[in-house]
Amino acid sequence: MTLISLTPLDLSLAAVLILLLAWVSWRLRLGVERRVLVAALRSAIQLSLIGLVLKVLFAQSSLSLIAPVALVMLAVAGWEVMQRQRRRYRGPWGYGIGAVSMFLSSFGVTFLALTLVIGVDPWYQPQYLIPLLGMLLGNTMNGIAIALDNLTRHAWEARARIEARLLAGADWGEAIGEVRREAIRSGLIPIINSMASAGLVSLPGMMTGQVLAGSPPLEAARYQILIMFLIAGGTGLGSIFAVWAGSRRLFDDRQRLRLDRLKARPRGG
Amino acid sequence: MDGLRVQGLGNALFGPIDLAVGTGERVFLSGPSGCGKSLLLRAIADLDPHRGEVWLDDAPRSRLPAPLWRRRVGLLPAESAWWGESVGEHLPAAHPPLDEWLSALGFGPEVLDWSVARLSTGERQRLALLRLLAQSPRALLLDEATANLDPQNCARVEGLIEDYRAAHHTPVLWVSHDPAQRRRLGDRRLSIRDGRLEPEDIDPS
Repeated sequence: MTLISLTPLDLSLAAVLILLLAWVSWRLRLGVERRVLVAALRSAIQLSLIGLVLKVLFAQSSLSLIAPVALVMLAVAGWEVMQRQRRRYRGPWGYGIGAVSMFLSSFGVTFLALTLVIGVDPWYQPQYLIPLLGMLLGNTMNGIAIALDNLTRHAWEARARIEARLLAGADWGEAIGEVRREAIRSGLIPIINSMASAGLVSLPGMMTGQVLAGSPPLEAARYQILIMFLIAGGTGLGSIFAVWAGSRRLFDDRQRLRLDRLKARPRGG
Repeated sequence: MDGLRVQGLGNALFGPIDLAVGTGERVFLSGPSGCGKSLLLRAIADLDPHRGEVWLDDAPRSRLPAPLWRRRVGLLPAESAWWGESVGEHLPAAHPPLDEWLSALGFGPEVLDWSVARLSTGERQRLALLRLLAQSPRALLLDEATANLDPQNCARVEGLIEDYRAAHHTPVLWVSHDPAQRRRLGDRRLSIRDGRLEPEDIDPS
């Protein structure tokens, strides 16, 4: 089976669907037609650009080119995690907790997978590194964003209960323990659900892509299983680290609950 | 010096405040709402950032781990918060004469199995005092300990606090809106004005 190349004409046909959607939105006065068109245009431009970047990267296979791309991916993911927080940490912590957690989990798991599991040589071969890192960053980003948001929101709501435990002589870890466990659980739920339903309800995106590109289905399934496990491990480690660091930051050296280190989101929603 | 001693305690809203409560002494605090009474108690218990130092029986707070300090200077907040399901979950495993205290507050031992969610405001307030005493505090910081109670339960709570204080020579710093209670029980009566402590005005009546 050979790969059928998509021509610009093929893509234009698919784009008719987007135009149709925008037209429906306009007719039904949903008010999202502009956003649909802008988002579709953005995805086309961004994906074409990353295609170009990857083309250059794959030709070179040089760490000094790959590292900046990986760091840009991390920087954007860190920004995204921060944007999704309803109550952000003030100062550099707002960005730092999410970015450091993702760096440790995504980069760590990707490196281990490349060296120990897949055995790529050299380990930074971009055909493997960039897609793997992308999958891991995208998913740990979700988990960490949900877990951190859950942590800060519930700490805010449970203030009286947390302080009651402190007054009873609990240390900070006991006082926020229940909130922390709930936050980590919430970060893990999406990946647990997608592992449980993989293959039955949906074919995961990566496997779909491989099959379309002509890989044998069993080979694609094995890669998808590997990816799922890596994502679950990375999301778990990342969420646990982010929630641990985030909850520590909510207390000071005298173990006082410092909700003043959070700020409410400037605008609603 | 034994008892509770506060020196230079303050933040942006009140202070610096100096205060000494001797062993077994009852000092009452009053003042308009928002004057910082509750904040002063929170500062003594080290719940909010602030300046100053506090000693309890000659042990300076800054030398003690925060959890140990908070267990010793028992703060009863105006509104109690409960983190577990049943009342009993909130009490330490090895506790002092619990049944005795329960009956002093008008409860039977079965109350420990009750669900916190079903307690009335008054029941919560009385049980919050029980929870506090069960951690064997060496000082008592009481914020409106009897505010929502009917006269009978108010007398029960006052009685239990008095028994505990007499048995352990506990210094008591008590915020109360009730002038009669302050006159009846107070060894000294202070009020907070403009962030400072001063003797409470002699009642004109």
